[in-house]
Amino acid sequence: MTDFTQMGLKAIRDGVAAGDFTAREVAEVHNDAVATAAELNAFIVTTPDHALAAADAVDAARAAGEELGPMAGVPIGMKDLFATKGVQSTAASHILEGFVPPYESTVSQKLWDAGAGMLGKLNMDQFAMGSSNETSYFGNVASPWKKQGSNATLTPGGSSGGSSAAVAARLCPAATGTDTGGSIRQPAAITGITGIKPTYGRCSRWGIVAFASSLDQAGPMARSVEDCAIMLGAMAGFDPKDSTSIDAPVPDWAGLLDADLAGKTVGIPREYRMDGMDAEIDASWEQGKQWLRDAGANVVDVSLPHTKYALPAYYIIAPAEASSNLARYDGVRYGLRDLPEGAGLQDMYAATRSAGFGDEVKRRILIGTYVLSAGFYDAYYTQAQKVRTLVQKDFMDAFEQCDVILAPTTPNAAFALGEMTDDPLAMYLNDVFSVPASLAGLPAMSVPATLNKDGLPLGLQIVGRPMDEQGVLNAGLAIEQRAGFTAQPEKWW
Amino acid sequence: MSVTREEVAKIASLARISMDEDALDQMVPELNNILAWVEQLGEVDTSKVEPMAAVIPQDQRLRDDVIDADPLTGGGRREDVLANAPMAEHGFYGVPKVIE
Repeated sequence: MTDFTQMGLKAIRDGVAAGDFTAREVAEVHNDAVATAAELNAFIVTTPDHALAAADAVDAARAAGEELGPMAGVPIGMKDLFATKGVQSTAASHILEGFVPPYESTVSQKLWDAGAGMLGKLNMDQFAMGSSNETSYFGNVASPWKKQGSNATLTPGGSSGGSSAAVAARLCPAATGTDTGGSIRQPAAITGITGIKPTYGRCSRWGIVAFASSLDQAGPMARSVEDCAIMLGAMAGFDPKDSTSIDAPVPDWAGLLDADLAGKTVGIPREYRMDGMDAEIDASWEQGKQWLRDAGANVVDVSLPHTKYALPAYYIIAPAEASSNLARYDGVRYGLRDLPEGAGLQDMYAATRSAGFGDEVKRRILIGTYVLSAGFYDAYYTQAQKVRTLVQKDFMDAFEQCDVILAPTTPNAAFALGEMTDDPLAMYLNDVFSVPASLAGLPAMSVPATLNKDGLPLGLQIVGRPMDEQGVLNAGLAIEQRAGFTAQPEKWW
Repeated sequence: MSVTREEVAKIASLARISMDEDALDQMVPELNNILAWVEQLGEVDTSKVEPMAAVIPQDQRLRDDVIDADPLTGGGRREDVLANAPMAEHGFYGVPKVIE
């Protein structure tokens, strides 16, 4: 019998459409896989009934001869940053524990309209702040991967760590992620799956809990480039409810996939070659260049001179926006309220926010409050926004010489839970390769490349011009076809 | 630039986050580490650079000037709006007494 958990999004959709099996069978098997994977802690809540109801609707539509959507019959995981009507949505925080949205986010609604069903809400770093999934109020997510010869629990990356763990562990064929500074690409890379952050504005932010609004973008995480292309097509599109949504048609990315890169030029940013770079990351990068040459591309060196300043600029801009966005959590309108005996309104705010936010969230709110405060605003925030302009200009200059840029996704493979938590700054450095594209609003994806000597996945990152998701996906497909990455974690959960 | 314990307490107060002595002790060096690291941005000559306003150039859109243009985000949904309030009374949010 077919093991549905080993099938990708497209295979499931096409099989359901062809009548090889029913959407309900697929949903049941995945519900079971989710239910028996509690040790991974990938889900905050599970919604088996949602998955079954969506599947039944697809089966009924097929029986009635109706046209099926591009995600019909595919059960997915939904990152807990998306508001889902009638289902608790917490952003993995205590302050939103018990919050049940009376509305549905635009992106999740589009996925349900396309025929997908929801297996549950995926764990994540609290308010998407973190790179290891250790800041969730609902506990760490465990990667399904283990180092060879070690039983230590590894990080699935972050902030979309529930998403990466669930897709890598075959609990779902695909999941939503969001990416502010690398939160789709970094977890995808270190769990051996594929994920794309589209151009800023492609996916509506309406109904996604805001972290840093000028950077936040939703995107798919799945196990192949084609599956990502299909799901991104279902998620993207203009939304008048998001003032930064791009009013442009959504191309048929999946239909136009083409791994022939003849006539294309791939840029290799020399500033990404850092001192003390992990030798295996470097080797996988070299291998990636060769794969793209084999696909017909011309590979050239390019320069992104302000690369080293991208990360510090990000850690001013993102906390600044977060401190403003998270001001809404006040214990009045929704979520937690902590009202000490005899406390007034101001004390209630302070007590609620102290009890409701985790340490990393508080750290970023304080940084953001400081850099926006009178007397420091220009030195920190304005300067960071100027540097952001320069980072973007670097990319635009590079794209005069090349069509896409190839770089590693992360500076290292998955690390053990607890290994970096004592040093917030060391954790931030994990995003060194992913943040620049975020600051520039560019489409960027991670594709699995190889396993390192410890048996852990490494990813390669492709960054494209604004609105050129197709170019990114095509280069990703060229790598995927040559990498032949089929490794998956051995089941221990 | 670095921050003192008193400054961190002031920032926390501005951000409406109550912090006890231990939390402050822990936060001061962490914030100073991060601030010392972002200091390197000062090396960049930005004298001729505009701060970024929008990462993807976009025109601001206006919606039709009608009430409830979008029924989901328009008015008349008091029950939905109050459904998640920690304390709702008589159709309003309840808060502790503000005026003595």
